[in-house]
Amino acid sequence: MTTVSEIFETMAYGPAPESDKQALDWIAKHGGQLGLFIGGRWTNGTGSERLDVINPATAAHLARVTQAGAADVDAAVVAARKAFPAWSGLSGHARARYLYALAREVQKHARLLAVLESLDNGKSIRETRDLDIPLVARHFYHHAGWAQLLESEFAGYRPVGVVGQIIPWNFPLLMMAWKVAPALAAGSTVVLKPAEFTPLTALCLAEIAHHAGLPAGVLNVVTGDGRTGELIVKHAGVDKIAFTGSTEVGRIIRKATAGSGKKLSLELGGKSPFIVFDDADLDSVVEGAVDAIWFNQGQVCCAGSRLLVHEGVAEPLITKLRARMEKLRVGPPLDKAIDMGAIVAPVQLERIRQLVSQGVEENATMWQPTWACPTEGYFYPPTLFTNVSPAATIAQVEIFGPVLVSMTFRTPAEAVELANNTPYGLAASVWTENINLALDVAPKLKAGVVWINCTNLFDAASGFGGYRESGFGREGGREGMWEYVKPTRETGGGSRETRTAAKGRERKRLPAPASRLPPMNRTYKMFIGGKQARPDAPYARQIVGPDGTPLGEVGEGNRKDIRDAVEAAHAGAAWAHTSGHSRGQIIYYIAENLSLRTGEFAASIAAMTGRSDDDARREVDASIARLFTYAAWADKYDGAVHHTPIRGVTLAMNEAMGVLGIACPEEYPLLGFVSLVAPAIATGNAVVAIPSEAHPLAATELYTVLDASDVPSGVINIVTGAKDALIKVLAEHDDVDAVWYFGNKAAGAEVERASAGNMKRTWVEWHPRDWLDARQGEGREFLREATQVKNIWIPYGE
Amino acid sequence: METKLRYDLAAEPRPSAPPAGAPERALRVHPSSERNPGIPLDLDVIRALRVNRSAVERRAATIPTRRTVKKEWQAAWLLRAITCIDLTTLQGDDTPTNVLRLCAKAQHPVRNDILEALGATELGIRVGAVCLYHAFVPLAVEALAGSGIPVAAVSTGFPAGLNPLPQRIEEIRASVAAGASEIDVVITRAHALAGDWEALHDEVRAFRDTCGGAHMKVILGTGDLATLVNVARASMVAMMAGADFIKTSTGKETVNATLPVGVVMTRMIREYHERTGYAVGFKPAGGIRAAKTALQWQVLMKEELGDRWLRADLFRIGASSLLTDIERQLEHFVTGRYSAAHRHPMV
Repeated sequence: MTTVSEIFETMAYGPAPESDKQALDWIAKHGGQLGLFIGGRWTNGTGSERLDVINPATAAHLARVTQAGAADVDAAVVAARKAFPAWSGLSGHARARYLYALAREVQKHARLLAVLESLDNGKSIRETRDLDIPLVARHFYHHAGWAQLLESEFAGYRPVGVVGQIIPWNFPLLMMAWKVAPALAAGSTVVLKPAEFTPLTALCLAEIAHHAGLPAGVLNVVTGDGRTGELIVKHAGVDKIAFTGSTEVGRIIRKATAGSGKKLSLELGGKSPFIVFDDADLDSVVEGAVDAIWFNQGQVCCAGSRLLVHEGVAEPLITKLRARMEKLRVGPPLDKAIDMGAIVAPVQLERIRQLVSQGVEENATMWQPTWACPTEGYFYPPTLFTNVSPAATIAQVEIFGPVLVSMTFRTPAEAVELANNTPYGLAASVWTENINLALDVAPKLKAGVVWINCTNLFDAASGFGGYRESGFGREGGREGMWEYVKPTRETGGGSRETRTAAKGRERKRLPAPASRLPPMNRTYKMFIGGKQARPDAPYARQIVGPDGTPLGEVGEGNRKDIRDAVEAAHAGAAWAHTSGHSRGQIIYYIAENLSLRTGEFAASIAAMTGRSDDDARREVDASIARLFTYAAWADKYDGAVHHTPIRGVTLAMNEAMGVLGIACPEEYPLLGFVSLVAPAIATGNAVVAIPSEAHPLAATELYTVLDASDVPSGVINIVTGAKDALIKVLAEHDDVDAVWYFGNKAAGAEVERASAGNMKRTWVEWHPRDWLDARQGEGREFLREATQVKNIWIPYGE
Repeated sequence: METKLRYDLAAEPRPSAPPAGAPERALRVHPSSERNPGIPLDLDVIRALRVNRSAVERRAATIPTRRTVKKEWQAAWLLRAITCIDLTTLQGDDTPTNVLRLCAKAQHPVRNDILEALGATELGIRVGAVCLYHAFVPLAVEALAGSGIPVAAVSTGFPAGLNPLPQRIEEIRASVAAGASEIDVVITRAHALAGDWEALHDEVRAFRDTCGGAHMKVILGTGDLATLVNVARASMVAMMAGADFIKTSTGKETVNATLPVGVVMTRMIREYHERTGYAVGFKPAGGIRAAKTALQWQVLMKEELGDRWLRADLFRIGASSLLTDIERQLEHFVTGRYSAAHRHPMV
């Protein structure tokens, strides 16, 4: 027994346990065994398989949950589908009341949820109490607001339908809130699968929600391992999949949903940089590192796991970091005076150990505090690697543990280069007292979230999500709501093939030869890097009119032409940094120069498609108007300043995707091309465009217009040939950031599948649009697809 | 069915843990007991100091949430806190009557029955010092004779510090002559606000030279300093000028001791210690009335500076009503019943 007078001398910390009684009582109330929550009630599940839920801090058995099988997932989807008409038919205000109730219920049951989460996951009660649960409540409050405002703020959009959501074990309840709140606000219904390691709080919240009156079937929770997840992903009755987890699984999901028409958002892994410049407040940097990598035992997708430090301050910073690490306390998660709890499961602990020993083998210097971790349960000490090269395994792979690797840089440019030297792009943290430097670096970082002089700040009002292989889609804020709505226009209907065929029957009238002389031979090349280019392999593709009249030949593009075009597009990337005014000016100029040649383009369109001259002229006029639209947008597609609860600003910036591959629709050879390329370049992308395969001449004639309009080289590249084959090369290209495909379903599926290579963004449509109708053929939808939102958190105050 | 948690393996740094610091730094470390003599003003160091306010505030916000002490630990920590209190009265209506009462309380800060129940009678619990205006120094010195409790005098035109310099110097001299062994001086805030660090260094240096053997606590008046960077720079200049303690506030500013200010000042003490090897003490003062708040300041000291800074030679809390709240918490620990202020002899 430690006496008061002994402690008076040692001034040691003692135990400060939070009681686990109520949480264990909740489990016991369910007989230690939890079923599935489907259609507003508990069910036992149809199979007999059960999963053990373990407390990672003690390795003790906590509960048993149900492995949901195909019949169970079916039942959940059916329940969600059944609930959908009534739920989506409610007024926004009515749904807002439900979400408000959920927020209130989370607050009322805050401690139960916090303790249960800590028991289940092994994270500290401090974090669940002070961060997870308050953020959960905040998320429901914020989205009660979106429900209230849905009809006015998302006019022309409808809820996506039944949503399948699969969430990870690192922030079980918070990830549930991030998924469920926007879905319910938008009027969708949900089938959610929590991670098999941490299913308890999701079940608990589902129960609480239904006690609070949430209609049956709106929120269904099924438990199980990856097999259950796969059943949800592949279920034909699910309209959207939202997944948070590893890039590896995200890739599988991307492939599995390819061609299904399911909307998809993925929040995946990261290896986020934590950049320290030499004028930073180093003591605050140290605390930032604690929040970055020793938060939730480093099991955070956006953990600042790569410390990049200016070489001038590396030595003092590392010294300070080690001193701070010595003071971190690892121990029982329910102790209110510890910094780090337990690693979620033995498999994860083993992965961390293995990667750390690999780091040592690869000659990096490992440092850990002198104290020892508890031996009971799954604990791992805070770990710091120095002398790490970018080539080291630990510098590249996501460790998902309390392991920080540090590297030094010499210049801001090198810091950015190191920061971006990863396939991931989830988050980044920048530390400097120089606002010029901070705001210069932030836009250069390939990351969906950039924290200036802070890290791991989250709020429902700010979108969270990645660039590159960290996934796509945003959670939180207005940008997050788009993931759960669809344009009302998009209701299926006739396929593109039938529509194109119908067009072909329209007539016709070829232009009469102007003279008795033989016609002038026209040479249509491709357009790469601002130059007319012959195809890599000089094969020609004959283009004929609807009655078979030869109209000319275009180059038969191949993979190497695509390769060259992508290189050229990267060389033209400075386009993204030109002002909106300049981009707008150039697009206006394209329109002006096109208008001078209206008759010629109309004749070409008429010849290729067999449509009437008037009809063809309408297409040219519409193309000119469309160019004006995006010239107008070029300096108006503003970002936002989000209302997050910090003294500071959170800037939501719309950034260009980068290099965008576009396969244009077959119909409307000119207007289809312009409708897609113009928004892409207006927002700063460089484009590799594949024009209509049957009617490419409008596009190939257009490059002379582009040439005459001061479009910088590499901004628009045109490769002609077999559209579906060429777009597949683009979809597979790891240095292309997004692909758009407007064509048939089979090739669209192929594009989506191939995009999984680097998790590039895709926009694939096989339902026809009326491109002449401005409501369908232009507007914010196109601009949104052409950009991704980067949220930059900038706390201020002197 | 409450689970019994196991703590024997919980992470408490081993006492044998080697100091984390570069070896070349260790060479410069002076013997721990040596008093800070001050160093020449180094403006490069002062100007290079960086403080990010938002980040400091986030750190300060987690000081109370990352650590807590309960039961025996809380009782022991609170007893330790008592020994660090500068029991203070600085009112316009101070008279010998209440000053003598203060001195009596300083020597017997906790009821004997409570100390007995805590097994703490042998610990010699008494406050760190009594802190008064100059006029009461002789009275307090007499009242505390033999107790070992130092008498601290606020000085140098307290609280605004705007009297003529010779007068302020004379004030220190008079208090030291009257028996004060600790002098709480106030700085000319204008020097810090104007960035005139030479003037501040000269002023504090002059105070220190006048203090002689008396220990000098330098009150920065952080509530007047406008920015945390100013707090950091003033802290560092005061230490370079020979401060034994740096102290947040007079208690008369509109904003007194806050945790963000404490974070900045303790980090500067750490920085100065790493640079010179001299350990300078810290005294938050003003507005610390609750036992819980005192514990937060102790956590700050332990986390930012280490265990050595938890004792009265390097840590003081300027307070008066705080003591009563600590007594109430100690009685609650002993009896299990919530206590009342009137059950404890008044200050």
